[in-house]
Amino acid sequence: MDERKGKYTTVSIPVTLYNRIKKLIEGTGFTSVSQYVTYVLREIVAAHEEARYEEPFTQEDKERILERLRRLGYL
Amino acid sequence: MVSKPHGGRLVDRVARGRRRELLLDEAKELPRLEVGFDRAVDLEDIAHGVYSPLEGFMVQEDYLHVLYDMRLSTDHPWTIPIVLDADPEELGDVREGDDLALTHRGRVLAVMRVEEIYGWDKREYARMVYKTTDPKHPGVAKIYGMKELLVGGPIDLVDELPNPLERYTLWPAETRVLFRERGWRRIVGFQTRNVPHLGHEYVQKAALTFVDGLFINPLVGWKKPGDYRDEVILAAYEALVKHYYPRNVVVLAALRMNMRYAGPREAIHHAIVRKNFGCTHFIVGRDHAGVGDYYGPYEAWEIFQEFPDLGITPLFIREAFYCRKCGGMVNEKVCPHGDEHRVRISGTKLREMLGRGEKPPETMMRPEVAEAVMSFDNPFVEA
Repeated sequence: MDERKGKYTTVSIPVTLYNRIKKLIEGTGFTSVSQYVTYVLREIVAAHEEARYEEPFTQEDKERILERLRRLGYL
Repeated sequence: MVSKPHGGRLVDRVARGRRRELLLDEAKELPRLEVGFDRAVDLEDIAHGVYSPLEGFMVQEDYLHVLYDMRLSTDHPWTIPIVLDADPEELGDVREGDDLALTHRGRVLAVMRVEEIYGWDKREYARMVYKTTDPKHPGVAKIYGMKELLVGGPIDLVDELPNPLERYTLWPAETRVLFRERGWRRIVGFQTRNVPHLGHEYVQKAALTFVDGLFINPLVGWKKPGDYRDEVILAAYEALVKHYYPRNVVVLAALRMNMRYAGPREAIHHAIVRKNFGCTHFIVGRDHAGVGDYYGPYEAWEIFQEFPDLGITPLFIREAFYCRKCGGMVNEKVCPHGDEHRVRISGTKLREMLGRGEKPPETMMRPEVAEAVMSFDNPFVEA
């Protein structure tokens, strides 16, 4: 998207890492270090969020659902 | 493992028991806003967690983030604004912070807490979401026909629309339990609006080879004249599953959800929805959710590169055709033979044949599927 209206903030990273990423993204679809870092962070953050999830069903909810699934012939 | 809901929480805004009674009572005193069928369908989809993590219609901050960044204000990927439109006269004295009864054909379906009422630029919406402002685009035409203001806020569903396909309707909480009961860890979702031909079967089976279960999830509800009727699609799939799939590897369930024809953006939307149903993978078709020639044939594949955090793996499986020389269904990548050996499957051609009561050749459609379609007096939606 070339017309972002989103807000941005600054996060510090070591200059050495910045230079390393800058070199890494040469000739790729990434147009800036920030774009690359955002991409990579989103991937990692999503993976961490996934690991924390538990279904919110109570046993009662689950029984209600199982009963309907049996009635409809899915189980 | 069954996929986690988008945004980390499966939304349940269906009021039940005593709470439902209280809300229905409260609704008698509330100002009312009548909504059309499309918005009523959105209400059900929000309430049952199909659109998790949305708890209601979008407020302006989310709306603008989705429009320009393809993300919610929480940073989670989201590509299609889910909005409720209204005219100022309909809203009358309703102010932010008020409760509002949402009705369809006079019946209260939901109670909404109005968080925000705001204006919008329909042309800008069309440009960003549909990549065109052409009113001939069916999605754009619908947007241009919407009302002047948007109303955002959480909803509580107190009643459901009549559902002639109740027997085939499963919501995300139900499929998530079902997939676990079947012991499936990897599930591929397949979206469709058509009866299955051999190309669809090939794509589904290619995907199924690598996962535990296939979730066939036809979109039902509003149709154009000439489209297959919902019950025809389901009957055709039942025939296919019964005769050509092993037992217990397929779940067939219908989903009433609005089709937007937004091409690449809608492909992401469809993937997110199937993630909420518990799918870990999603089959993305060539020109998925496209219409006319508004989108490039592979745009719906390319857009997935922008979402490393989608939480569902897209499967890009090439279009299949029958090759007489290979003696079966193949695709460009695995068949070396020329066009003279290939039988391309055209949906339009199949429709014409079935409309004439003519059984399509077995290189295009399974005979049992064709018979299921032809068992209906008129398999198509009438004008």
